[in-house]
Amino acid sequence: MIWSTILMALREVRRNTMRSVLTTLGIVIGVASVIAMVTLGRGATAKITADIANMGTNLLIVSPGAERRGPTSVVATALKLDDARAITREASAVADVAPTANRSALVVYGNKNWSTLITGSTNSYFSIRGYVVSAGTTFSDADLQGGTPVCVLGATVRRELFGTQDPLGASVRVGPVSCTITGVLASKGQSTFGQDQDDFVIMPLAALQRRLAGNTDVGSIYVSAVSDKATDKAKQQIEALMRERRHIVSGQNDDFSVQDMKEISKTLGSVTGALTALLGAIAGVSLLVGGIGIMNIMLVSVTERTREIGIRLAIGARGHEVLLQFLIEAVTLSAMGGIFGMILGLGGSFAATRALGIPFTVSVDILVIALVFSASVGIGFGFFPARKAARLNPIEALRHE
Amino acid sequence: MGASGSGKSTCLNVLGCLDKPTSGAYLFRGVDVGTLDMDQLALLRRHYLGFVFQGFNLLARTSALENVELPLIYRRVPSVERRKLALQALADVGLKGREKHTPAELSGGQQQRVAIARAIVTKPQMLLADEPTGNLDSAKKTEIMRLLVELNQARGITVIMVTHEPDMAEFASRVVHFKDGLVERDIRGNA
Repeated sequence: MIWSTILMALREVRRNTMRSVLTTLGIVIGVASVIAMVTLGRGATAKITADIANMGTNLLIVSPGAERRGPTSVVATALKLDDARAITREASAVADVAPTANRSALVVYGNKNWSTLITGSTNSYFSIRGYVVSAGTTFSDADLQGGTPVCVLGATVRRELFGTQDPLGASVRVGPVSCTITGVLASKGQSTFGQDQDDFVIMPLAALQRRLAGNTDVGSIYVSAVSDKATDKAKQQIEALMRERRHIVSGQNDDFSVQDMKEISKTLGSVTGALTALLGAIAGVSLLVGGIGIMNIMLVSVTERTREIGIRLAIGARGHEVLLQFLIEAVTLSAMGGIFGMILGLGGSFAATRALGIPFTVSVDILVIALVFSASVGIGFGFFPARKAARLNPIEALRHE
Repeated sequence: MGASGSGKSTCLNVLGCLDKPTSGAYLFRGVDVGTLDMDQLALLRRHYLGFVFQGFNLLARTSALENVELPLIYRRVPSVERRKLALQALADVGLKGREKHTPAELSGGQQQRVAIARAIVTKPQMLLADEPTGNLDSAKKTEIMRLLVELNQARGITVIMVTHEPDMAEFASRVVHFKDGLVERDIRGNA
């Protein structure tokens, strides 16, 4: 009985192909947009989280100056190399420390020049930030100690200045300093925020301080904790140590900050997660509108087919059998809409993720939710018209013109 | 028989268990129909009754075969047997070879034959026909009446028919005349 009712419903849907397609369109668009929004949102979240993980989930950054909230400004004392040494020595949860200082400068090679960021640091910087030397070597201990003017080029700088030439051993001018190239980094690509992570030149911290900056300040200290789980502990240890070194008594505000990448990743993840939910909910509204479209057409259909319902009742159909038939028709329409919407949504979000360069993952849960929701839309909005059909009086229905 | 508004169609609706009498009782197979609910009436119609209407009342854009199969679907007859019975019923009313035609592709007489096939495919005890010849020309009227008489005589199906045309009443063995909602005359042994 159920099976033949389904067949009858399918025949009915096919009989009015154009109308069925238009009716279904609302659901198709609703389901497709829900799936596309959620897939894109989750892809973006995954991308952001992965990018931050790429920077190192156990990464902490110590910078001078308080985290700025509101108009309070604290005049901050610059960090010094000794601070980095103290962290290495005192904080047990810390694995590696890279004091860094930055300057921007024009880098010149032959007749080409490129304005970029010059970072002064130690070899720890490469491992903490996840940079790999693709050719040549990192700095020697003597270079680091003595502040020899040597440098390692980021992939972008290398491309801009040298093209296909081999830069190893060549000499470039970094600002006023003549610098020998000892190595080239492998490309890391763009960061989450669209920054080119390969557009910089790195030299020993001592060289930068002495030859470019002219002081012994350290801009920030990159710290890696011994493990992902140890970041909180490392952060506490560093904070305590720094307060002590900077003579900050309890109750006084810190004049430095320790940023935790994991925290940032979590915050960003929850922001994009909330955005995804919001977009999904907005798309869900269109699904509801699609459901109303189905109800509308089913009501028209019941009126139009009053005579048919009369015939069915006269030859012995019971009320609930007529109800079932119309309900199945409504569910068939909405479920078909759900399936086409699913295909469209997945196809669309696949294309979009490719275009935006974010990972494409099929989330089964949202597919199931979208399908179940569209079928329930069919039941929900199909019930009222179906009940109207089932309650018709056979004699009046047969007389209906 | 009777003029329009004389109550003949209402009587047929009561006899066909489509309507319940407002007063008095109608016993069908010993059951007082007035005491049954809509679903039980539907089951009575499903198992014992067949209907033919003036306006044919076939499902549009649906083949003759599927139209005839319809009552069998509600009787939960398996599809293979359903097809067999429907083909047989269509052959019985002389529509062999027209099974795939939709009502729009059939003449009025042929449509009424499909309707009759639909009514008899369940082998009902009683066939109720409300002005079955009303929309047909005289040649087709006679054709349909012969078919109904044949069903009555060959199969023993009780045929109850409403008409206002005296020459159609000629075919019946008992004629009840209605006037203003009352039975005026009841003539037995007509034919």
